[in-house]
Amino acid sequence: MIATRRAADTTIILIVLLLVWQALHQLVGATALPGPVPTLAYLAKFVPSERFAENAWATLVCFFYALLLSYGIGLAIGVWMGIHRLSGAVGEPILLSLYTLPKVTLYPVVLLIFGLSLSGRVTFGAMHGVLPVALLTMSAIRNIPPVYLKSARTLHLSGWQMILTVLFPATLPEIVAGLRIGLTLTLLGVLLAEMFAAKQGLGSLIINAMQLMQAEEMLSVAVVLFAFAALANALLLWIEQRLHRRA
Amino acid sequence: MSRVGWIRLAVLAIAIGLLELCCRVGLIDQRVVIPPSEMAVALGRLLISGEANEQIVRTFGIVIVAALISVVAGFALGAVIHALPRLRQSLDPFFATYYAVPIFIFYPVMIVIFGLSAIPIVLMGVATAIVAMIIATLNGLDRVPQVLAKVARVHRMGTIPTALRLKLPAAAPHLFTGVKLAVSYAFIGVIASEFILAPAGLGRVISDAYTDFNNRQMYALMLLLIIVATVVNMFLHVVDQRWAERRGIAKP
Repeated sequence: MIATRRAADTTIILIVLLLVWQALHQLVGATALPGPVPTLAYLAKFVPSERFAENAWATLVCFFYALLLSYGIGLAIGVWMGIHRLSGAVGEPILLSLYTLPKVTLYPVVLLIFGLSLSGRVTFGAMHGVLPVALLTMSAIRNIPPVYLKSARTLHLSGWQMILTVLFPATLPEIVAGLRIGLTLTLLGVLLAEMFAAKQGLGSLIINAMQLMQAEEMLSVAVVLFAFAALANALLLWIEQRLHRRA
Repeated sequence: MSRVGWIRLAVLAIAIGLLELCCRVGLIDQRVVIPPSEMAVALGRLLISGEANEQIVRTFGIVIVAALISVVAGFALGAVIHALPRLRQSLDPFFATYYAVPIFIFYPVMIVIFGLSAIPIVLMGVATAIVAMIIATLNGLDRVPQVLAKVARVHRMGTIPTALRLKLPAAAPHLFTGVKLAVSYAFIGVIASEFILAPAGLGRVISDAYTDFNNRQMYALMLLLIIVATVVNMFLHVVDQRWAERRGIAKP
């Protein structure tokens, strides 16, 4: 019942979005903004092509490495700052202000250090993803109810037992929330890097299409990325809600 | 200042000092990163000479316009959506995914529609900021205690006086959280757009300086942006916390 209603709501939103798109298309004309029908027709032709596959693969590889770095470094910082209170108190405001900084300003520095390479784009993507993962992991560990730790001590759990049976399950839902936001921002970072300076990848494909005035191609890539991000987010959100309900 | 505050200051000072040292000793190539002290000197010179003033005013002006539009329109939309529960329910999944989608992929679309001017940049700023304001407004209006609505009814207050004299002040702390997010998101949206493609503005000047290997100018302006963003965000954060404490909603 709830599930069908939610599905209905999502469908309504998709239909409204398509209608708004069509209306905008009527307003500004076909050269600037093709309507949904020609764009989707182009998309159906374009996505199986070699050029799309190459660029999508380049973005995916870059995104994968950046995500690994974001998660690895973010979790390490988060766990450390969550367990060690003083480091947490000292570091949290620093992380928070880095989080609100427009990190794109720093991209030229990354480029100067790494050059126009995969590692530069990976680093830039990871710069976006590390902070939310670290901040949410830290708050997850800090928010463990003290009674959990007390009962673990009463039961004489060893260090590893404590981590596996108490700390890990108690913090998991919030950590997954951090991983979800980290994924989103890492993707944003990778795409920004590709849009600013790259010869491969979906971000550069969009910019090239814009310069060549190929509006259909530009919109097709945007639609693919939109769908990818929305689906990945929905999947992680679903996992997160299941974990919350279990807890 | 507290002990923790001093430690934090020391950590930052050591980090900057280490960077300075590495640059001076030659561990970091000065063609890649210039020492922090030289960045500060370059920024001072740039500000005194007034070369970049036009770009600075332009960029911060656009940020202010985008943030204002987002706050006002976001609040109005939030209030309307809050009044219509069915609409709100259908919009929930949209809000949940909005920030998951890298909306910058639509910036080139905006450029194609509106041309290479300030309009697409303002729109990107608004697009990044407005939804945060809408969500904060919805949250704030949710938290208005039921008893206030009853008091209003007892006093036979009309819809508009109730909204202005009871609901707005009661929701204010949450609304301010929205304002805080809207400002910092507008900042990110505007700067990132200027970086990707723009006729002028700080983002454009920095990316030009990068292509021209003009490191001094690039680092000076980067420092300026980082300082302004940090100061503004910290100020909003402090006001937000004070307000939350006064209203008795402790925030982590």
